[in-house]
Amino acid sequence: MSVAVTGIGCVSGLGCGAEEHLQAFRAGRSGLGEVTLFQTTLQLPVAEVKRSNEQLKNHLGLDPDRLFSRTALLGMVASRQAFQDAGFPNEGLRIGLISSSSVGGMDLSEQFYAEYAVNQRKGRLRMVAHHDIGDHTERIADYLHLEGFRTSVSTACSSSANAIMLGARMIEQGLLDAVLAGGVDALCRFTLNGFNSLMILDSAPCRPFDESRAGLNLGEGAGYLVLQSEKSLTPESKVYCRLTGYANANDAYHQTASSPDGEGAFLAMRHALDKAGIDPSSVDYINLHGTGTHNNDLSESTAIKRLFGEQVPPLSSTKSFTGHTLGAAAGLEAVFSVLVLSEGVIFPTLNFKSPIKQTGLIAVTEMMEDQDITTVLSNSFGFGGNNAALIFQQ
Amino acid sequence: MNKYSVYIQSLASIYPQDEAVEGRFSACEPDYKEWIKDAGLRRRMSRIVKMGVTAALQCLQNISEKPEAIITATGLGCLADSEKFLQSIGSHHEELLSPTPFIQSTFNTIGGQIALLLGNKAYNTTYVHRAFSFESALIDGLMQLQAGDAGSLLVGSVDELTPTAYHILARMGVWRKFPAGEGASFFLLGNQKMERTIARIVAVDMVSGDFSQDQLAEKRLNFLQKNNASDAAVVSDDMFKPICGEYQTASSFGLWYACTQLNGAGFVLIANSFLHNHTMVLIEKFKG
Repeated sequence: MSVAVTGIGCVSGLGCGAEEHLQAFRAGRSGLGEVTLFQTTLQLPVAEVKRSNEQLKNHLGLDPDRLFSRTALLGMVASRQAFQDAGFPNEGLRIGLISSSSVGGMDLSEQFYAEYAVNQRKGRLRMVAHHDIGDHTERIADYLHLEGFRTSVSTACSSSANAIMLGARMIEQGLLDAVLAGGVDALCRFTLNGFNSLMILDSAPCRPFDESRAGLNLGEGAGYLVLQSEKSLTPESKVYCRLTGYANANDAYHQTASSPDGEGAFLAMRHALDKAGIDPSSVDYINLHGTGTHNNDLSESTAIKRLFGEQVPPLSSTKSFTGHTLGAAAGLEAVFSVLVLSEGVIFPTLNFKSPIKQTGLIAVTEMMEDQDITTVLSNSFGFGGNNAALIFQQ
Repeated sequence: MNKYSVYIQSLASIYPQDEAVEGRFSACEPDYKEWIKDAGLRRRMSRIVKMGVTAALQCLQNISEKPEAIITATGLGCLADSEKFLQSIGSHHEELLSPTPFIQSTFNTIGGQIALLLGNKAYNTTYVHRAFSFESALIDGLMQLQAGDAGSLLVGSVDELTPTAYHILARMGVWRKFPAGEGASFFLLGNQKMERTIARIVAVDMVSGDFSQDQLAEKRLNFLQKNNASDAAVVSDDMFKPICGEYQTASSFGLWYACTQLNGAGFVLIANSFLHNHTMVLIEKFKG
């Protein structure tokens, strides 16, 4: 049974909604800038969503005095878009919500903890009540009046791919008719310092798949899809494409680093192709995980070479525009993959000049229009050796 | 859709075995040296990671088949590491921080470490949704086994009680009904009935909202009727939380309890409520 994509929603440093993202890709304009959301001594470029929490609440029509984590707010923005785009699937459908995040409400918790650490009677409890990963999902469910199945996934930077995977499986096995699936992460001091402590942040704009790459830039955002069973579609349903393949495999190599031969990435891509029942030669475009770290890009390109041999399709990393949005990355990139199919375009990679010596893969550097694309592969990899791949087809 | 039934083939739990002290239960931890041989690795692992990984290894002891998926669940994840890293940001003014607590703060650390220790490259994911976390993991596993996409897989949960979590949640009034608890429980599930098979997992249900006791009782009745198991024995959280304490994934201990501590064969319903999350897991036990 195939799974139809009937709605998309996205927010990132590039803007809000598919149209603003397409404009940014066409203009070659990244979302990178300085940190403005919180106090930090770290001088690193990040791709913030250019709206304050107050502006987001206003955009969503929420009570300005009510406290929400930024994660929940960004999640509501993108999931509402996806839900509206799907035309609020008809009454009577069993609609599930499967969201994901790497840090949940940490943006509030870290403010709470600063006070709490000094005096354990201090710190407003409502600031830490949003800490858990499930909180943002519950807020989205409330906001969209979704009363059925909901859950949350957290597998670091591949989180939203795994959320989408569960959604597809639940539809295939007849447990749900429609699923709103994706992920969100808001930038916070915790993550910025975490990635800084790993020494994998570039102080310049990141250069995915380039020989001179020196690390990633962090970003924030949210990306959601509405997935539907064939049976639940009506003549009015707009079907963007179908999610035909998905897989997750573990690298079982190191807690944070990817294996040199890209075994986990290779297996995830291989199994996703098997699930879709297609050969590597059917893939017209790869949306890379492509973080811009030395380790990921070498490992990923090695895995791609292993799978595709000399016939590597056009590939690019949209993280050079959005930064690495962690738990949201696979959701955002799923939306971009859907846009590649529906718009017939291939998004460029910024700052790519010379290929990685060992693998020689050349990333797309200019927006390509009027492309005949039927199959897109999207990669997302995370800590814990967590490798995921999704395949979207016309 | 459901080509196969799903069975519990093996299970293990690390849970509190002493009385609660000042409203807090602590898991009775095994000698980790016996399970995680590499001293360096053991030293780097935080308590929740050791607890989760060891429960998984105990579950797989004397098991020849290789899990074709590792599905973990946690309500609050690696709290001690998260707090340690938050603390270091403040005390070190964002300079020269050790990345270890940040790395281990990730919610899928336990699932990743199990994969690493077993050299297991299969499907690996982590659910983190309050008191739905464990049941979400179960549903994922059930679907893969029912469809025949996997023949055998590992599902488990872990949560740790840190002094800070205890204190903050006490301020919120979360421990009113049961003392605070913690623990790790893992289950090897398969789709072939074997000599050692303990039980069949019949159905899993998750409901959100505020319900009266009567409404919940009615939901249980409907669930049992729908599954032709009206004669099921009921294991409610009043039975198992006085042992394991309250935590987001306590229902996984409830399942372990129903499988190992309850006499007699037949249907057993494990019913759990935590804040707005209400779950039901129906099993058919084969052994008394």
